Amino acid sequence: MNYSAFLQLHNEMTLLAVIVILLVIDVFSSEKGYRFFQTLALILFSIHTLLNCVPGEPFEVAGGMYMYYPIHTYIKTILNVGTLIVLLQAHRWLNTEENIIRRGEFYFLTLSTLFGMYLMISAGHFLMFFIGIETAALPMATLVAFNKFNNKSAEAGAKYILSSVFASGLSLFGLSLVYGATGSLYFDDIAKIMTASQIELIGFAFFAVGLFFKISLVPFHLWTPDVYEGAPTSITAYLSVISKGTAVFVVFTIFVKVFGVMIAQWQILLYIIIVLSITVANLFAIRQQNIKRFLAFSSISQAGYIMLGVISGTALGMSSLVYYVLVYMFSNLAVFGVVTIIENHADKTSIRDYTGLYYTNPKLSIVMALALFSLAGIPPFSGFFSKYFIFSAAFKEGFYVLVFIALANTVVSLYFYLKVVKIMFFNQSENPIERISTDIPSKISLIICTLAIVFVGLVSSIFEQISVLGFGI
Amino acid sequence: MQYTLLILLLPLLSFVVLGLMDTKWKARVAGSVGTLVLSVVAALSYYTAWAYFSTANVGGIYQKIVPLQTVWMQFSGQLHIDLGILLDPISVMMLVVISTVSLMVHIYSLAYMKGEKGFERYYAFLSLFTFSMLGLVVATNIFQMYIFWELVGVSSYLLIGFYYTKPEAVAASKKAFIVTRFADLGFLIGILILSFYTQTFDFGVLNSGNAGIFASASGVTFMGASVLSWAMALIFIGGAGKSAMFPLHIWLPDAMEGPTPVSALIHAATMVVAGVYLVARLFPVYVTYTPDVLHGIAYVGAFTSLFAAVIACTQTDIKRVLAFSTISQIGYMMVGLGVSGYGGHEGTGYMASMFHLFTHAMFKALLFLGAGSVIHAVHSNEMQKMGGLRKYMPVTHLVFLIGCLAIAGIFPLSGFFSKDEILAATYMYSTGLGIGMSFIAGLTAFYMFRLYFNIFWGKENSYEHSPHESPLAMTIPLVVLAFFSFFGGLIPFGKFVTSDGAAYTGETNYVLAIVSVLIGITGILLAAAMYRKKTMLPDRVSQSLGFIYQLARNKFYVDELYLFITKNVFFKGMASPVSWYDRHVVNGSVNGLAVVTQWVSVKIKGIQTGKVQQYAWVFLLGTLLMAFLILFL
Repeated sequence: MNYSAFLQLHNEMTLLAVIVILLVIDVFSSEKGYRFFQTLALILFSIHTLLNCVPGEPFEVAGGMYMYYPIHTYIKTILNVGTLIVLLQAHRWLNTEENIIRRGEFYFLTLSTLFGMYLMISAGHFLMFFIGIETAALPMATLVAFNKFNNKSAEAGAKYILSSVFASGLSLFGLSLVYGATGSLYFDDIAKIMTASQIELIGFAFFAVGLFFKISLVPFHLWTPDVYEGAPTSITAYLSVISKGTAVFVVFTIFVKVFGVMIAQWQILLYIIIVLSITVANLFAIRQQNIKRFLAFSSISQAGYIMLGVISGTALGMSSLVYYVLVYMFSNLAVFGVVTIIENHADKTSIRDYTGLYYTNPKLSIVMALALFSLAGIPPFSGFFSKYFIFSAAFKEGFYVLVFIALANTVVSLYFYLKVVKIMFFNQSENPIERISTDIPSKISLIICTLAIVFVGLVSSIFEQISVLGFGI
Repeated sequence: MQYTLLILLLPLLSFVVLGLMDTKWKARVAGSVGTLVLSVVAALSYYTAWAYFSTANVGGIYQKIVPLQTVWMQFSGQLHIDLGILLDPISVMMLVVISTVSLMVHIYSLAYMKGEKGFERYYAFLSLFTFSMLGLVVATNIFQMYIFWELVGVSSYLLIGFYYTKPEAVAASKKAFIVTRFADLGFLIGILILSFYTQTFDFGVLNSGNAGIFASASGVTFMGASVLSWAMALIFIGGAGKSAMFPLHIWLPDAMEGPTPVSALIHAATMVVAGVYLVARLFPVYVTYTPDVLHGIAYVGAFTSLFAAVIACTQTDIKRVLAFSTISQIGYMMVGLGVSGYGGHEGTGYMASMFHLFTHAMFKALLFLGAGSVIHAVHSNEMQKMGGLRKYMPVTHLVFLIGCLAIAGIFPLSGFFSKDEILAATYMYSTGLGIGMSFIAGLTAFYMFRLYFNIFWGKENSYEHSPHESPLAMTIPLVVLAFFSFFGGLIPFGKFVTSDGAAYTGETNYVLAIVSVLIGITGILLAAAMYRKKTMLPDRVSQSLGFIYQLARNKFYVDELYLFITKNVFFKGMASPVSWYDRHVVNGSVNGLAVVTQWVSVKIKGIQTGKVQQYAWVFLLGTLLMAFLILFL
C-alpha cells in the first residue's frame, strides 16, 4: 500500500493530529486539567484551519473511495471557521465548575464529528460515506446529552440517537437496494449503470430520508425543536450550522452526481419538501415562546431555502448553496452567540425574557438584530444576497411558482424575526436582563460574525471565488 | 463630477459617528453635527444641480452622466451588478428636493425634538434615512436601487417607531414595514423576470430604446399578457407600496404616529414619492413596450386620488388629513405619468408629474412642519382642541396659509403651475379622466381649507396655558419652505426635466387655467362658509350624507377588511390548525395517544418516549409517501 496517499489528505490528517494531541494532554494532565488547555486547543485548531484553506488540484485516494475537488476546501474551511466560532462561544461555559473536568471530552467529541463530516464531503464510495455519517452522528448524540444530569439534555440526547439510528437504518436499507440493482457502491460506477428502474427509485427514496433527517426538512424535522431546546446551546449552534451545512452540500453532490438520472423525480420530491419545510416551519415559528425552539423552526425554514440551490442542479445552484451556507453560518452563530451569553449569565431562554434587552445590553441586542435582519434577508445584509442568489438559481431553471412561494414566505418570516427585534428594542421590561460583561472569546466570536454579516454580501469577490469552483463535482 | 460620491458618503459617515457616539455626546452636539453635515450635503447637491444643468446639455438634449461606475458582482456571463452614480435631470432634481427638505427637517428638529429621550439616536436615524434615499435616486441600475429601496424601508421603520414607548407608534412602524415589504415582493419578482429576459439591470441599457433586448420578454406570454408586461406591472406594485397607492395605502395614515418632522421628511417629500420616481425612471420602457400597464397606472392613480381626497374631508386628526392629502397628491403624480406619451407635447404628463413632485415636496413638507408647530403649541393632534390660533401664532398661520393656497392650486403659487400641467395632460388623454381630476382639485381645496379654518379660525378653545409661537429654529425652516412653495412654480421646469431630455415649453391653456382656479376658489369658499365661524352647518351636512359620511370617516373600512382577512383567514384558517396540530399531535398531550405509547414509556422511564416513537411513525410515513410519489409521479 502506498502510504504517501495519506499525505494528500492533509486536511483530515492535521485534524486528526489536533484531536490526538488534545486527547493525550487531557489524559495525562491533573484532575483539574491543564491550565492552558483551551487556549491551546483554539490555537491548534486555528493553525489547522489556516493550513488547509487553499484549494489544490483534484485527486482521488484509495481507488476512488475518497475524492477531492477544490470546492471541498471551501466547504471544509467554512465548517472549520464555524467550528472555531462555536469553540469560542463555548469557552466560558466549559470553564464552569461542573464542566471543567470534562472539557477535554468536549473538544474531542466536537472535532470527531467534524472529522466524520470531512469524510462525508469527500467520499466517493457509499461505504466511506456511511462511515462518515456514523462517525459524525455518535459523538454528536453524546454532545447533545453533554449535560447528562440535566433531564432535558439527557432526553434530547436519547431522542437524537434514536431518531438518528432510525434514519440511518432507512438510509442503509435504501443503499442496499441500490447496491442490489447496480452491483456497485462507487459513486461513479453507480451513476453509469443506473437507469432509474423502480427498485433504484425506491432505494433512492429511502436513502434520501437519512439525509433529509440531518437537514431536518419537513416531515423529518420532528426531532429538531426538542433536541435544540434540550441540548447545551453551544451544541445546538453546532448542530444547526455545521451538521446542517455538511448535509446540504452532500445532498447536492450525491443527488447530482450519483442520482443524476432521476433528476426529474427528485426535483418533484424536493419541490414538495421545500414548500412543506418553509411553510410549516414558518407557521410554527410564529408561535414559539422559547428562543431555542424558535431558532429550531427558523433553521428548518432556512434549510428549505437552501434546498432551492439543490433543486436547480446547476453550477449556479452549487455556488449559491455554498454561499448560502457561509452566510447562514455567520448569521445563525451570531444569534446563538447572544443566546449562549444570556443563558450562561442570566439563565433565561424564553423570548419574553428578551424584553427591553436594548436598554441594558445595547451591543448584544444590536448584534442580534443585525443577525435576525440577515436571516430575514433584508438588504444590505449578507442574508439578502445569499437569498437572492439561491432564488435566481432556482428561477433560472424555471421554478417560478416555487420561487414565488419561497418569496411569500420570506414576508411571513420577516414577521417573526421582527417580533424578536421589536421585543428587544421597543418594549420595556420591569425586570430586564441585567447588564452583562461578555467574556473575551465570545466577544471575538460576535465581532467576527457581525463583520461577516455586514461585509460578506458587499465584498463581491467572495461569491465570485466560490462560483469559479462552482461545479467541482 | 466624482465629488457627487461625497453626497452619499457624508450622511453615511454621520450615521456611523452619531450611532457609535450614542449618548456619549451631548444632545446639542449630536444635533449640530448632523445638521452641519447635512448642510454640506445640501450645498453639494445645489452645486451638482448647477453644474449639471449648465454643462450636460449637448445639442439641446440633457445627457446622462455616470461619474462613477464599478462592476460590483459578475453574476453570469452577461449579467452583472454595478454600483455607481447616475446623474440625469430627474436624479439631480431629486438630490435637490431630498437634501433641501432633509436639511429643513434637521434644523426644525433641533427645537421640536428637544428634550426627547434618544435625541442622538434620532439624528443618527435621520442621517441613515437621508443616505438611503439619496442612494436610491442616483442608482445606476435597478438592483442597486432595490438595495437602497429596502434600506429606506428599514430606516423609516426605525424613525416611525422612534416613540417606542407608544404602542401605536410601534404597531404603525411594523405595519408600514410589512405592508411595503409585501409590495416589494412584487418589485423583486419583477426585477428577477426583467433581468432574466433582458440580461441586464442597467437603467442606461433598459432605457436606451434598443428593442432587441426586450424581444424575448415581449415574445413570451403568460396568462394572456407578455412577460414584459408582467414584469413591469410587478415592478409598479413595488412602487405602489412605497407610494401608498390603493389598496396598499393603509400604512401611511398610521405612520403618522411617528414624530412630526419625520412625517414631513418621509411622508411628504421623499420615501412616498419613491414609487413615482421608479415609474419615471423606467418611463421609456413603460411608454414604449407596455403602454397598457402605463394606462393601468393612470387609473390606479386617479382612483387612489379620489378615494383619499374623500376620506381627507372627514378626518379630524390634522396629521391624518395631511396623510390622506399626500396619498391623493401622489395619485395625481401617477396620473400625470400614466397619461403621458414620449417626447415633446406628448410628454407633457411626464414633465408635469415631476414638476408636481417637486412643488408638492415643498408645500407638503411646509404643511407637515406647520402642523408640527401647531401640535407643539397645543399638545394635541385633534382639530377640536384647536381654533382661533391665528392670533397666537402669526408666522405659523401665514406660512400654513401659503401651503394651503399652494396645494389648492391658486395662481400664482407653485401648486397652480404643476397641477395645471397635469390637468392639461389628462384632458389631452381623456376628457372623462380630466373632469374627474378637476373635481379632485376642488375637493383638495375644500379639505385643506377645512383644516386651515378649523385650526386658525373657528371658535377659540379655552386653552390651559395660552399657545405661543414656536422658536426660531422651527419658524425659519417654515419660512424657507414657504418661499419655495410660493415661488417654486415660476421655475421653467420644461426646460430642465422632460421625458426625452429635450427642452419643451408648453403653451398655457388659459381656459383650463381659469376654470381650475375657479374650482379651487369654490372649494375654499365652501370651506369658509362651513368652518370659518362655528355653526351647525357641518353637522347638518354630515348628517344628511349619513351613510356615505360614515363610510368615508371610517376610511371605507379598508383596514378592517385587511384585519378580517389576516385574522380570520390567515390566523384562524391556517395558523390555528397548525397550532392545534402542535398542541394535540406534536406535544402528544391528548390522552388517546397515551394508550399507544404507554408500553414504551414503561420500558424507559424519565424520557417522554411517546414522542420519539411518534416521530418515528411520521418519519416512516413520510418515507413511504416519498417512495410512493417518486414511483408514480
